[in-house]
Amino acid sequence: MQIGRQRVGKYLVLAAAVLATSSLTVSTASSEPVNDELVIDDVVKMLTRAPAPEGHPLKEILSGWLYRTDETRALEADSFQNPGMLYVERGEEIWNTVDGKAGKSCASCHGNAAETMAGIGAHYPKWDAEAQRPINIELQINKCRTNNMQAEAYKFDSPDQKALTTYVKHQSLGEPVRIDLTQGAMQSWWDKGKELYYTRTGQLNLSCANCHEQNNGKYIRADHLSQGNVNGFPTYRLNDANMVSLHARFRGCIRDTRAEFPDAFSDDLMALEVYTTWRGSGLSVETPAVRQ
Amino acid sequence: MHLTRRQTLGLCAGATVLATIGPAIPAAFADAAAAERSLMEFTGGKTPEAGKITLTAPEIAENGNTVPLSISVEGEMTEASYVQSVLLLADGNPNPGVATFHFSPMSGRASATTRMRLAKTQTVIAVAKMSDGSVYMDKKQVKVTIGGCGG
Amino acid sequence: MAVPKPRVKLPKSVAAGDVITIKTLISHDMESGQRKDKEGKLIPRKIINKFSCEFNGKPVFSCDIEPAVSANPYFEFDAKAMESGTFKFTWVDDDGSIYTDEQAIEVK
Repeated sequence: MQIGRQRVGKYLVLAAAVLATSSLTVSTASSEPVNDELVIDDVVKMLTRAPAPEGHPLKEILSGWLYRTDETRALEADSFQNPGMLYVERGEEIWNTVDGKAGKSCASCHGNAAETMAGIGAHYPKWDAEAQRPINIELQINKCRTNNMQAEAYKFDSPDQKALTTYVKHQSLGEPVRIDLTQGAMQSWWDKGKELYYTRTGQLNLSCANCHEQNNGKYIRADHLSQGNVNGFPTYRLNDANMVSLHARFRGCIRDTRAEFPDAFSDDLMALEVYTTWRGSGLSVETPAVRQ
Repeated sequence: MHLTRRQTLGLCAGATVLATIGPAIPAAFADAAAAERSLMEFTGGKTPEAGKITLTAPEIAENGNTVPLSISVEGEMTEASYVQSVLLLADGNPNPGVATFHFSPMSGRASATTRMRLAKTQTVIAVAKMSDGSVYMDKKQVKVTIGGCGG
Repeated sequence: MAVPKPRVKLPKSVAAGDVITIKTLISHDMESGQRKDKEGKLIPRKIINKFSCEFNGKPVFSCDIEPAVSANPYFEFDAKAMESGTFKFTWVDDDGSIYTDEQAIEVK
């Protein structure tokens, strides 16, 4: 059974009333992110801490994994138990399935994903010169499908899009995130993303920075706030018992400030993706991460 | 909610078995009674003793959708004496039943792990039935949090 | 999800008398029957209601499953290895579908 969204909604109305009359009061209860190492299957060593990139307001950047309970962390450390791996398997199926009028599958051009997609996911979003905007894995997949496979683009958050994106990014497991801001106009998109990150939205008047920069480590109701890094997306969220894409998460967070939320893959969210990916530079790709 | 005397007595009787074993935990009314009924059905009316079975569950569940739990019953599993079944109940869910594990002498050890959904903070109960008919139980309170934000 | 996919993990070879731990997972939404759709109508229950494990045709472990078991149900349990053979795993859906998986084990 699902914890009712309706219930969350009711509490948010209450929270809005309380917060409207006071400045943001996050619980002063806090705990340190754990001092624990993530080694998947005792084999794949993951970088869950990294020195912050130059220009970053924090000194050290931390993966959201470090803020979760023992049980949740254990789920990600075991690739058999990690429910996200079921979606990696599904993604592999899709990779090898012919789709579209050209009679091709991903494998027809890209062969063995473990080889051809290795490390790729760690370097997205990239600059797309043709579209003159940043491109992420979901959009790259759709570009391939429409241009090369003569297949239909996936609708946002379709199960197949999530599974395939998870599969592709998973081929970069462990690889440190590093994006290239020198290409095209990436730097100006980074600038825009940074501006959005620090802009308060919604009835609750919260910006990303309010929670993830100023109050990480503290609790917002019962959630242990992380730094909000995105190295684990798509993520298996216990809350959804399903994969959650990055843009779905952005939209959800913004919705929870009681603001109207931007469309997936809109300019605003692409800019935010560029900026938040940069904020996590050096952390390992954890896809599929397990979070609450 | 104003309880009649009859209701209060009925609920107290229902809560007795759960209350006599381990620390008293305030029961969510109707749910504890439903859990009690399922328990009695499973044991054939016998009141389980404490001991032999250990229930492991987190003190605080990060999300009620996926709460890991394990049970382990001490003792060897032989043809002569083995753990037949273990019933799992959650006394605060809309329906108390979670799962029933069935073992055999081939199990080697009566131990099992799964993941459950908990609607709110409540008591999880595990009842073991042995091949000789004896019954044992353990229980743990699991705090279920409603998160802050996101998607 | 697409067709529910099971996965099992157990050792390939052990000594006779060893107690092994078997891990199983299957992709399945486990629709509880408690959720409502956008119009407020209850989404009908559809879960895996039974899981069982047999060895060389004999029952080892099984589980009667209620909607309170999480999506993508996970079961971990033990088995005593006495002879070589094959473990067979079965998941039964409310709609009658049956999913299976098998794995052989060598017992020295």
